[in-house]
Amino acid sequence: MFERKIFSRTAVAAAIASLAAVAPAKAEDSVKVGLILPMTGGQASTGKQIENAIKLYMQQKGDTVAGKKIEIILKDDAAIPDKTKTAAQELIVNDKVNFIAGFGVTPAALAAAPLATQAKIPEVVMAAGTSIITERSPYIVRTSFTLAQSSTIIGDWAVKNGIKKVATLTSDYAPGNDALNFFKQNFTAGGGEVVEEVKTPLANPDFAPFLQRMKDAKPDAIFVFVPAGQGGNFMKQYAERGLDKAGIKVIGPGDVTDDDLLNNMGDAVLGTVTAHLYSAAHPSQMNKDFVAAYKKAFGNRPGFMAVSGYDGIHLIYEALKKTGGDTNGDKLIEAMKGQKWESPRGPISIDPETRDIVQNIYIRKVEKVDGELYNVEFATFEAVKDLGKTKK
Amino acid sequence: MTAILTNLFDGVAYGMLLFVLACGLAVTLGLMNFVNLAHGAFAMAGGYVCMVLVNRMGWPFFAALPLAFVSSAAIGIVLERTLYRHLYARSHLDQVLFTIGLTFMSVAAVDYIQGSSRVFINLPAALQGQFDLFGVGIGRYRLMIIVICGLLTIGLQLVLAKTRFGSRLRAAVDDPRAASGLGINVPQVFAFTFAFGCGLAGLGGALSAEILGLDPYFPLKFMIYFLIVVTVGGSSSITGPFLASLLLGIGDVAGKYYVPKMGPFVIYTMMIVILIWRPNGLFGRTAAR
Repeated sequence: MFERKIFSRTAVAAAIASLAAVAPAKAEDSVKVGLILPMTGGQASTGKQIENAIKLYMQQKGDTVAGKKIEIILKDDAAIPDKTKTAAQELIVNDKVNFIAGFGVTPAALAAAPLATQAKIPEVVMAAGTSIITERSPYIVRTSFTLAQSSTIIGDWAVKNGIKKVATLTSDYAPGNDALNFFKQNFTAGGGEVVEEVKTPLANPDFAPFLQRMKDAKPDAIFVFVPAGQGGNFMKQYAERGLDKAGIKVIGPGDVTDDDLLNNMGDAVLGTVTAHLYSAAHPSQMNKDFVAAYKKAFGNRPGFMAVSGYDGIHLIYEALKKTGGDTNGDKLIEAMKGQKWESPRGPISIDPETRDIVQNIYIRKVEKVDGELYNVEFATFEAVKDLGKTKK
Repeated sequence: MTAILTNLFDGVAYGMLLFVLACGLAVTLGLMNFVNLAHGAFAMAGGYVCMVLVNRMGWPFFAALPLAFVSSAAIGIVLERTLYRHLYARSHLDQVLFTIGLTFMSVAAVDYIQGSSRVFINLPAALQGQFDLFGVGIGRYRLMIIVICGLLTIGLQLVLAKTRFGSRLRAAVDDPRAASGLGINVPQVFAFTFAFGCGLAGLGGALSAEILGLDPYFPLKFMIYFLIVVTVGGSSSITGPFLASLLLGIGDVAGKYYVPKMGPFVIYTMMIVILIWRPNGLFGRTAAR
């Protein structure tokens, strides 16, 4: 008993000594970025793309900015908001990170929002796309997109291009409802008519009955938003049911024809028109270099999530440059506001008022280029703000 | 009218698919009285085997299907001999905990090996698209499912009712002790049955990739559907789950078509109503053992 007490005392002393030894070593010359991404689970492709893009960026630009070494700490939340919150807490409290970043889905970004506010550190959202996110904390900045951006644009485009009757098929969750409402708003304002509206459950095994209903409603086009992974299933059944032959087109925000999966969808997807922020076929030299470097490093094509991650880490670098390496959260956020740069997707900037991204939205059609399927851009809407907010 | 027929056709195909996926579970649960929540993992294994053979190694689809069956059955028999048989005599809670753990392990393993994105099996052109039969749209792939599953069901029913193996199995289930006293090798019969159920699941997994989608979460996503089929159908025969699958398949498709707002819930409503009306399932034995 006595011995044990002595032992525990020495242990405590040793622990304190080692802590004291570690503390000075944790110098101020590194900047830590806590990256929270879904690396497992149904959204894992998102996480993988963002992680790859960040690795690529750091290989290209080096890992030191303004005299500070950038250190990335990756945590997997499997897109489950509870896990996101725990991961964010650990990163902020234990690892003392200077940024939290990533966030594959809207609930994850929202779960971390109060923590960013409390800790006064920037939260860089690199994927989640619901409008409200940036309103939940003054420390949130977004480099991905909002669904309102692409959905309103495709609505406008559709009415102007002879599509009068549309049936909608959207997944029944926040981003799906955002996509649907913003599309409807602009499409009906322009004189279009929504003849059929179907919300599919998020865990949807079989699109057949919904598609049959679409077919019988005889619209000019179907407006579709399903989470990236389900796009392939949807397109296959769309073709199986002969909707393509019945002359019913597919339109929507670009999630359904994500570059990540597009090439495996088969020829049924040809001719699908979507509005989105990025296509791997974007014709700029910068994008060609980006796609080539990404393909070389990871063996597949970058999608819009990869670009959002690439721009997210770029924004972190630029903010640090501007503050001269100062990691004060308020200063970093100030430095991020109004940043403008050329991204592989085209010119983008951070809106100083909403801290949300302003970017070009492109209208694209799926075509075959060198035997592979690509979204080929044919019209551009420049500098689109998030219409979910500007309306207020 | 044609809309009704098209829906009926889609519903039957969906129901048949459910049946092939779930009937192995009905066998283990009903005949062997073992709760195997890892059933979907065997289905997934079959699906992935088929995918690898067809997409990566260039096998024809119809040659890969039997292999999906064989490989799942082989995995089934190995696991049955090494793990499952120790749990036959344990409580249902132990069985549930064990098999759900196995399910999570299979999810993680497939995620690790094949990645988490959804995979598709490249189909021959002959199975793609729809043709018109008196104005009713018939999907070729779905027609193939109906044919394959229909033949399987008839075969299964014949084996169970008419063959010596069928009667041995029924005897082993009804009273294992008396059966072994009569010289029936009960563990062997069970192992074989278990493997066969797993094989059917593997075949179902391969067939369902096109319609339900195949990814590492398959066993968890569809567990609930398998369980609904077994609870509604009762687990004392093959006919029960078969009719239950058809009913649920048609109900689900029709529900989604005619009342899309309520659609996803129709299958659960049907289950609740049926279970209130007949707590042991449509064809359950009323006098419990």
